[in-house]
Amino acid sequence: MLKMTKVSKIYRTDTVETHALREFSLEVQEGEFVSVTGPSGSGKTTFLNIAGLLEELTSGTYELDGRDISALSDRERSKVRNEKIGFIFQSFNLIPELNIFDNVDVPLRYRGFAAPDRRKRIENSLEMVGLASRMEHYPAQLSGGQQQRVAIARALAGEPRFLLADEPTGNLDTEMATNVLDLLDEINGNGTTIIMVTHELTLADRAKRNIFVRDGRVSDGPPEFRLAAAGGQG
Amino acid sequence: MLRYYLKLGMLSIRANPALSALMVAAIGIGIGACMTIMTIQHVMSGNPIPGKSDSLYYVQIDSWDPNNEYNGPNELPEQLTYLDATGIDAAAGDEFRVVWSYKSSRILQPGDGADLPFEVRTRATSFRFFSMFALPFRYGASWDAAADRNREQVVVLSSALNERLFGGGNPVGESVTMNGDVYRVVGVLEPWLPVPKFYDVTNNPYEEPEEAYLPVTVAVAAEHDSAGNTNCWKPFPGGYEAFLNSECIWFQMWAELPTAADKSRFEQLLAAYVEEQKTLGRFPREMHNELSDVMEWMQDNEVVDDDVSVLLGLAFLFLVVCLLNTIGLLLAKVMRRTKDISLRRALGASKQTLFAQYVVEAGLIGIGGGVLGIALTWLGLRGIENLFAGYDFVERLVTMDWVMVLLAVGLAVVSALAAALYPTWRAANVTPASQLRIQ
Ligand SMILES: Nc1ncnc2c1ncn2[C@@H]1O[C@H](COP(=O)(O)OP(=O)(O)OP(=O)(O)O)[C@@H](O)[C@H]1O
Ligand SMILES: [Mg+2]
Repeated sequence: MLKMTKVSKIYRTDTVETHALREFSLEVQEGEFVSVTGPSGSGKTTFLNIAGLLEELTSGTYELDGRDISALSDRERSKVRNEKIGFIFQSFNLIPELNIFDNVDVPLRYRGFAAPDRRKRIENSLEMVGLASRMEHYPAQLSGGQQQRVAIARALAGEPRFLLADEPTGNLDTEMATNVLDLLDEINGNGTTIIMVTHELTLADRAKRNIFVRDGRVSDGPPEFRLAAAGGQG
Repeated sequence: MLRYYLKLGMLSIRANPALSALMVAAIGIGIGACMTIMTIQHVMSGNPIPGKSDSLYYVQIDSWDPNNEYNGPNELPEQLTYLDATGIDAAAGDEFRVVWSYKSSRILQPGDGADLPFEVRTRATSFRFFSMFALPFRYGASWDAAADRNREQVVVLSSALNERLFGGGNPVGESVTMNGDVYRVVGVLEPWLPVPKFYDVTNNPYEEPEEAYLPVTVAVAAEHDSAGNTNCWKPFPGGYEAFLNSECIWFQMWAELPTAADKSRFEQLLAAYVEEQKTLGRFPREMHNELSDVMEWMQDNEVVDDDVSVLLGLAFLFLVVCLLNTIGLLLAKVMRRTKDISLRRALGASKQTLFAQYVVEAGLIGIGGGVLGIALTWLGLRGIENLFAGYDFVERLVTMDWVMVLLAVGLAVVSALAAALYPTWRAANVTPASQLRIQ
């Protein structure tokens, strides 16, 4: 489903070149639940952003569903983002002026669904994250965990086949984090491919497959990671 | 999608009330200044007699001093002598419709003695004046050719003068005394205010028409002085009789020439007349006759004040400055909202979509600016009354019509969209992810 071959990403400023990804190669199959761990600054977010077509890559090839995405126009990329990919960000990124209903509505608007269809999807996805009763609330009126669940509902409302989560539990306490993980498990169980970046090995452990990133490459990882990875597989 | 953009636009305007108000104010003030001056220019340069302006011709011949040009190279005298006004009229006979007239003034003595005598501005002309310039009558009608011929003491009153003298009732048949002479009222006009006052622009093209109209034959016989410009180049002995036979110019003449053939026949008539006069020792300069239709005549006389054109230029510059301000404000707004933009990009908005969203928002600001602009235009036109105190037409300006309202809003929206182009382009090019990282 997702196939990156020798992808490099270099951030250039006037004085510095940062190699965020170096010949990063990875293949993810339909239906997988992949966790990505690694030290801070190793390139996890960069990988996720490129996977989600939020950023351009510097070199290498990236195929999504067998299509080379470097050939796509801005419009086509936007369409792919909108239809196939759901994002969950560490900092929730809800729009403060819009209520919960309208926040979940944003990607559906760009999708061009008719109003009744949108309403049904919004209600269903908020139902799924347990916030159907809060549709009229504004983000500031919700707790962090609730906000992240709204963000998940927003990512899911369009039924993407591909969910990208960047430290979705980073701002949450353990109980909330477990809740969110349960939710992701459930979503994966319905067939959605998930890639989740996380710092916490215990959470990474719950994924079916673990990737360790260091210095912009996929690597073996430290011993405790290999242990966890082995446990996850077993 | 448009409704969604409108909703987002309203939300965004409400989320930044101060910035939005500043933008609306900047556009509104710029539009207000422009529209005020444009309205004035429009009215000043308007066609005062749309239906007939192509068939009415102002008549000029060069009767001037052999040693001095009238007013510069190729400039013709603006008016005619009494000799030529009567001479050309006689030559035209019944073949052409020709009108000549001059401005004068009389002291009117109200009959009942309740009112003190007061001065009225009069126009001495012939019966054709009313039909040629399509003056609207409320009561009665113009006098006729016989009245001109027989020097009948008749008068047509303006609506305002009738209001003052007869309370607006029908005075036809009543009499009016001016400078001791008694005139019989034959007609009363509806309010009539051609802008500019095209039939005689020699003094002030924006003054009101005269208040009373008399046969020119009567006025000349009774030695009414001209209250307009009188220019002379050749000395003459004193006395009114000598004045009438002098080379002094003080009459305006118009000819109604509906077809090109009429015009060329009239040109021949003028040429023949001048030739004949030359044999009598007049017209020492080379023959030069001119016929100008109404709009040409307005242009020749630069009835639209140069000041107005300068003001219009300044007003447009001012609008540009206001727009530059708006661009700055919009940029500030976009820069404050990069996070929102990059999130929307991440959630599937293409550049085009975002561009459309921001264009709609700018359009809303533009409509706001247009509405404010209309209000300011209204105020501006009021203020202009002081600036152009001598121009009686100003009162008419202050009533704004729908065309103007639409024009103001249209100009404001176009301005806002123009101002929004660069900021919007910047907005659409915010990279999707840049603002979503947490550092
Ligand atoms: N826009 C940018 N401009 C320049 N350098 C950048 C930019 N974004 C990321 N980087 C650099 O790229 C490298 C990889 O960053 P990235 O955010 O992918 O790391 P990460 O693995 O997600 O780290 P963390 O665990 O702290 O989130 C870092 O050195 C970072 O400083
Ligand atoms: Mg990161």
